[in-house]
Amino acid sequence: MIILQTDRLSITFGGVRAIDGVNIAIESGQVFSIIGPNGSGKTTLFNLVSGIYTPDDGTVQFAGETVTGLSPDNLARRGLSRTFQNLQIFSRMSVLENVMVGRQRHERTGILADLLHLPAVARQNEATAEAAHAALARVGLASSSDRSAAALAYGALKRLEIARALASEPTLLLLDEPAAGCNPVETQEIEGVIRSIVKDGITVVLVEHDMRLVMNISDRVHVLAHGRTLAEGSPEQVRSDPAVVEAYLGVHGSQEATRAFD
Amino acid sequence: MTLRTLLGHRLLPALVVAAIVVALPWFFPSTYYYRIGALVFMFALAVVGLNLLMGFAGQVSLGHAGFVGIGAYSVAIGPVHLGLPSWLCLFAGAVLSGAVAFLVGRPILRLKGHYLAVATLGFGLLVAIVLTNEAGLTGGPDGMSVPRLTLFSWTVRGTETWYWIAGATFVGGFVVAANLMESPTGRALQAIHDSEIAALVLGVDVARKKLAVFVISAIYASMAGSYLALFNGHVTPDVAGFLRSIELVAMVVLGGMGSIIGSLVGSALLVVLPQALTIFHQYEQTVLGLILMVFMIFLRRGIVPSLAAALAGPRK
Repeated sequence: MIILQTDRLSITFGGVRAIDGVNIAIESGQVFSIIGPNGSGKTTLFNLVSGIYTPDDGTVQFAGETVTGLSPDNLARRGLSRTFQNLQIFSRMSVLENVMVGRQRHERTGILADLLHLPAVARQNEATAEAAHAALARVGLASSSDRSAAALAYGALKRLEIARALASEPTLLLLDEPAAGCNPVETQEIEGVIRSIVKDGITVVLVEHDMRLVMNISDRVHVLAHGRTLAEGSPEQVRSDPAVVEAYLGVHGSQEATRAFD
Repeated sequence: MTLRTLLGHRLLPALVVAAIVVALPWFFPSTYYYRIGALVFMFALAVVGLNLLMGFAGQVSLGHAGFVGIGAYSVAIGPVHLGLPSWLCLFAGAVLSGAVAFLVGRPILRLKGHYLAVATLGFGLLVAIVLTNEAGLTGGPDGMSVPRLTLFSWTVRGTETWYWIAGATFVGGFVVAANLMESPTGRALQAIHDSEIAALVLGVDVARKKLAVFVISAIYASMAGSYLALFNGHVTPDVAGFLRSIELVAMVVLGGMGSIIGSLVGSALLVVLPQALTIFHQYEQTVLGLILMVFMIFLRRGIVPSLAAALAGPRK
């Protein structure tokens, strides 16, 4: 089953076509990676799919429904969640509270009940905290739940964002460079987390520069260059595609290409 | 219930505040202090509401005295011109303020930061101008007198009675605010403060939550305005003026953004200090300004959060 599909998706910023007629179709339950040189439109594509940008042209279909132009919160309530390349942590809140916000779409008490702290709110808070604890445990942050989020190290914050998104029980999870800035140990932890997410049947879309991670865990890889599709296929197919190698060589010189594809 | 859950209970601060309300009169040398106490609790009510908006949800309002004005004039105009009972006008004023906040908030809460500040500033000025110019209804710049509050056959008079009414209402407002903060809505508001975009992708209807807290804070301000008008027996457009709005913001920031108990501390300081500083005669305002600056330099997160952090020791 196709869970996410874009059709001729396009957006222009100041005359530049940041995304130009991109078609993707993501099979449910897979890890689908989007790679490409810096500025090729990966994060823009994420922003289009998650409702942060509205496309100038083309459509987005999620779980069989056309969702083009819907707001991010609407999409989140339908089960599409994401993380951010530059962290978006609720830094005034504790680690647990951060993840509790992830439960918003499952919380049912109204504002009047909240103001009066009706018994339903107490039960809701308990259920939310329990689910949040479970999500923290999945990313290995259970012991940090009472700490201030601002006090966590960078790699832990990356995992905190994943836990927060997981708490919302998404069917599709977009991870924007989850391993960026992480050391090899932290990257390995992230890889383990992603594998466990997929095992639970959640579809993962990954934007990532760490090619080892991408090649290890992806079912399919989609390559963007200058906002257009350059190639798509299995990790092996993409790795040996001359056009892909050239795109990396052309933009970044041989070093990155060698590092990326060795 | 262990000691830890007791100490962490959301209503513990409210209980402490209730104890303060009850205990304070023991230390009052004269009725005059009841008056100061009543004023502190009335302002603190408005400040708690504004703190929900500013300190928790991170949305500034430089026009909140506009809602104080709507509440104040409701208990003046209602009884005088329409012959309605004051208590009904108090609630009608709160409903009216909430409705106005809903209508005004929808377009302006899309704005962020300085732009929102200027838009709310405009709203406050608008209310003050209407109150000044509609002289037939409001008495113009000279204001109008406010009939005493009558509940059934009991006419509320006397400073001490108002002290208890204001104190009890403040404790009630404190409890409601504490409830809100420890609820799904409260978590959504705090999330909006730190990252609107992250709140959005977690399914928070940001526009709706902002509007809700704006309406709630307007109702707090309106109630405070009604009390102030009934207590003073007179109301002028100054109650809705720009300086009042700024004063409310200063109380929030001084006491501590996001600290409900800080709202009481900030209000107490800014109500009591000008009274205490009269000994400086014409330099009163200067000294007040200096004290505010010193507080903000040394307790930059506001009095309560800064002291709490200092007491808790170095952060882990």
